[in-house]
Amino acid sequence: MTAMLQASGICKNYGHVEVLREVDFEVHAGEVTALIGDNGAGKSTLVKILSGAISLDKGQILLDGRPVSMSSPTQARELGIETVYQDLALAPELGPAENTFAGREILKGGFLGKLGVLDKKEMRAQASNAFTSMGTDVKDMDAPVGALSGGQKQSVAICRSVMWADKVIFMDEPTAALGVRQTGKVLELVRRVAEKGVAVVLISHNMPEVLEVADSIHVLRLGKRVAQYRRGEATVEHLVGAMTGALELASPSTNPGTGPGTAPSVGRMS
Amino acid sequence: MNPLKDRSTAARAASKTTSAETSEPLAAYKMPPRRPAWRRALATSPFYMGCVLLAMLAVFSLLKPDAFPTVANARNITLDVAMLQVMAVGMTFVIVAGGFDISIGSILVFSGVVAGKFMENRPDTWSTVIIGTLVCILSGLAWGLWNGWCIAKLKVPPLITTLGTLGAALGAAQLMTNGADLRTVPTTLFSVTRSRPLGLSWLVWIAIVLSIVCGLILAFTRYGRHTYLIGSNIESARRAGINVDRHVISLYALNGALAGLAGMVSLTRFSTTTISGHSTDALQVITGVVLGGTSVFGGLGTLIGTSIGILIPAVLTNGFVVLNFQPFGQQIVIGAVLVGAVYLDQLRRRRRDRI
Repeated sequence: MTAMLQASGICKNYGHVEVLREVDFEVHAGEVTALIGDNGAGKSTLVKILSGAISLDKGQILLDGRPVSMSSPTQARELGIETVYQDLALAPELGPAENTFAGREILKGGFLGKLGVLDKKEMRAQASNAFTSMGTDVKDMDAPVGALSGGQKQSVAICRSVMWADKVIFMDEPTAALGVRQTGKVLELVRRVAEKGVAVVLISHNMPEVLEVADSIHVLRLGKRVAQYRRGEATVEHLVGAMTGALELASPSTNPGTGPGTAPSVGRMS
Repeated sequence: MNPLKDRSTAARAASKTTSAETSEPLAAYKMPPRRPAWRRALATSPFYMGCVLLAMLAVFSLLKPDAFPTVANARNITLDVAMLQVMAVGMTFVIVAGGFDISIGSILVFSGVVAGKFMENRPDTWSTVIIGTLVCILSGLAWGLWNGWCIAKLKVPPLITTLGTLGAALGAAQLMTNGADLRTVPTTLFSVTRSRPLGLSWLVWIAIVLSIVCGLILAFTRYGRHTYLIGSNIESARRAGINVDRHVISLYALNGALAGLAGMVSLTRFSTTTISGHSTDALQVITGVVLGGTSVFGGLGTLIGTSIGILIPAVLTNGFVVLNFQPFGQQIVIGAVLVGAVYLDQLRRRRRDRI
């Protein structure tokens, strides 16, 4: 089975700092792939490269088996790659439907459409449809997004990306700001998004959450992928060990002079 | 899990194609039915301010039934408001997008002077007046483009940019006239003031038609939607692929052009350039726009609200004159009403956000 998105030998330097050193990474359709690593391990840089926000120095990206080069997030979006940012990028004064179609408004047909008149009814219907079919609890289509709960806001942001991405969705810490119940709901939503046949990349710091929801887990450390687990293969100890380098220290052939506590400090995320 | 999956694939198909499939009942639960439009309108600022306006009209009418609720007085009020309303239309767009413009009074004067100079030595005909109007609008447009360019490209804050233009445009107008008002306006303009189709002055009709057209643009078109998006969250608008810089420049350009048009309205009404008479225009316009429920933080506002908001100080002033109150008193009242209205609006918004 070919990967939906396959990155190989990705390198990125900022000046003399090697942020990514020959990173390989692949995600499959219908799966949730977790990307974890300590601060500075290069997660953000990798995601920014894969979502078109910054360019790579070396390496290759295959999307659905075809090599692609992305020079902007807009171009990535056209290829079917969406990103749910940690700050969600929602307009608080506008409603869920307005936010879902931001920048991609549907216009009425015929003469009115030529004048730029919006088809509000159609956009509401489609957005409302997406919210209900994804099982979210976004019910009030008239309420401004600013009046929704944290989990509902997250749902709006995720559903928006689902409507437009048919290949890959990156989610940056989607549950970071949420309470226990809402975290559960959002994780369910993340699973459901993957079941629709999209490849979901989940960036998270929360190990139990990652173990619960991810089909495969990739661990970055010091700009390299140091471990890769399938669902059920890893425990929290494995993940933490791989992130901090404690596992490598246990095996003989690794970096002399870097202890587990000081290790992940080379790359700076921009 | 399977039925859920089926539903979501169906939804996906629906969302990729168009309306035909979207009405399928595939929801896990039904969306609650939408509240009717009139119920939703009850919760808006324009509705509250509309009530305030009606109450004011009622009180003044009761206190002076012979002088206030008359056709002549209504004409007075609407004529007073027409020029401000033309500018308030552009200001609504700018403030909805999270911007600000205090330079429109000076732009108005500048455009009026340029158009006055242009028409001065030309034949006193309609074609001169029409070309003069275009010159007036273009002069305003030029200042608006300058404002927009400084704000969007040079990232100078709107308040500072337009503060600069406020001084510069007035200075330029005074340079051209040596500080003395032009009084040689073509007499053809007088016929514009005299004729009143359907009981209202041409100037009022210009304001009404402009408000309706721009109100529809703001509420129903992609241009309007992008204006709200930029005002609500400019970063989100950028990430959504909207050309924010171009949009912002176009908003200030529109505002400048409408200030130019207002310059022509003023020229027509007063038959002179009234150089020193517009120093508080921008503040009056902003007062009206804010009273009408447009948020100075961006993302919220309607042109219906602005039309109501711009009428409130005008009705108050007129009512005070008719009642023979000290005219200075109305400024105190308007100040209090303005702060009170924005406070109430804040309260309402905070209550909403707490849900």
